[in-house]
Amino acid sequence: MEKVELGTHILSRFNEDLEHLRNDVLQMGGLAESQLQQALQALAEGNAGLAGDVITNEARVNLMEVEIDDECNRILATRAPTASDLRLVLAIIKTITDLERVGDEAHKIANIGLRRAGMDRRAGDGYRVVRHLGREAIALLHGALDVFARLDAKSALAVAKRDRVLDEEYDAIQRQCITFMIEDPRTIRASIDLLWVARALERVGDHAKNICEYVIYMVGGRDVRHVSLQDVERSMQLGAAAQGATAPPPPGLPGSTG
Amino acid sequence: MNSLASGGAPAPGTGAAVPAIAGERAHWPANPRALSEHLSFYYGANRALKDISLPVADRRVTAIIGPSGCGKSTFLRCFNRMHDLQAGNRYEGSITLYPENINLIGRGVDPIEVRMRIGMVFQKANPFPTSIAENVTYGLRLRGMKNRVRLAEAVEQALASAALWDEVKDRLNESAMALSGGQMQRLCIARALATNPELILFDEPTSALDPIATAKIEELITTLREQVTVLIVTHNMQQAARLSDYTAFMYFGELVEYDEAAKIFTNPAKKATEDYITGRYG
Repeated sequence: MEKVELGTHILSRFNEDLEHLRNDVLQMGGLAESQLQQALQALAEGNAGLAGDVITNEARVNLMEVEIDDECNRILATRAPTASDLRLVLAIIKTITDLERVGDEAHKIANIGLRRAGMDRRAGDGYRVVRHLGREAIALLHGALDVFARLDAKSALAVAKRDRVLDEEYDAIQRQCITFMIEDPRTIRASIDLLWVARALERVGDHAKNICEYVIYMVGGRDVRHVSLQDVERSMQLGAAAQGATAPPPPGLPGSTG
Repeated sequence: MNSLASGGAPAPGTGAAVPAIAGERAHWPANPRALSEHLSFYYGANRALKDISLPVADRRVTAIIGPSGCGKSTFLRCFNRMHDLQAGNRYEGSITLYPENINLIGRGVDPIEVRMRIGMVFQKANPFPTSIAENVTYGLRLRGMKNRVRLAEAVEQALASAALWDEVKDRLNESAMALSGGQMQRLCIARALATNPELILFDEPTSALDPIATAKIEELITTLREQVTVLIVTHNMQQAARLSDYTAFMYFGELVEYDEAAKIFTNPAKKATEDYITGRYG
């Protein structure tokens, strides 16, 4: 079944439950994304106040994870969802774990930002190095939340593929930092901070990629974790071809697409 | 007339070969105990079942789900020829019982013999208004078994298999009508088990029972799976998901989808199945 429809249950309360749940996840995703954005801004501008806000708001992300988890538990216990509804709830339980970890990464970056805000910022130029990686990580997370909102498995695959760019950039930053440290040992502290930030952003990319994988699972029922993206793409193409080739359903079946 | 020799379920694979399965049937069980092929059934001019091909896996639970009037019970009743009792009913196609390779709905096959081999448990418990022991031994006595010791052994064995022995062992000669609803249903299962059938058909066996009695029956069916093949019709989707190894979804007399239960309940292939099991069917 390559389709997830939320609002068509006979039980209208169930429709509302699932719709609320999905909106809550998107809200949590929005908060995690803004936390990341602000943490990077605080770091780049040496803004201790903004970094402090991010650190305070981390608790909100955590609270949302707990609340959404509770709601998923309630739906599992009371509605006993099946098929696409079950996959939606399972995917949400996993998605919010990744979003909470994005919140943790933003928190780490904010902490580094807070510490460095009071220091000599001669090494501040170094943060230009991670600026691009930061923009990419935010774009990837935004893309993952977007495909989650639209339940679009095809685009999810395209977004997941972009994680590789982040991985490559992280490798490049690592090499660059090593060069800094060899050239001038006085930059070691700053370079290590830079590496921590780059590492956090690389992890955000991984979490965004995970969310894309859950969307693919949610929509088509394919578990694509630990599978190469090329294999996933091939299997999705084969699945689409097989669906197209299926004989028409028996007459009288409402909306049957085979 | 084909002979349906009685006495225990033969080991699978010892009789006639089951037709090879491939292509669309690749996910079918390799060793069905029974196989319906292009089965159609008519109540007079009304075609209630349309070309149903479906395996019943050996010593597994196969559940049939679908909305009211979709033909689930009609399909189930074909297996023990319940429809023969009404004039004008007509079967097409075949239901083959393996490994004997006998067409259960073939003209030459005696329905009484079929029912000896295929037990049935109904929605509403229907014990006979006799003692508990007599209920269990009814089928055996019908077959001419008179030896009291063997009958007593059969009572204990069947009641133990139906998880009822401990509750009724001290009152075997009391009326079955004094039992609770859940106990009556388990007595009916014991009665079906007493003749040592190969296949037991359950038609909504728990829809009139409370959750505790339902759980006992479900536990029993899960245990029975080790010794007998089970085909169950249920309206309770969660029950089908809990109990069955394979699930078939029927709609308007047609088989829409058949697959492993885990697949049907997590990722069905057909939209009609998805709509039904997720409560979107209106």
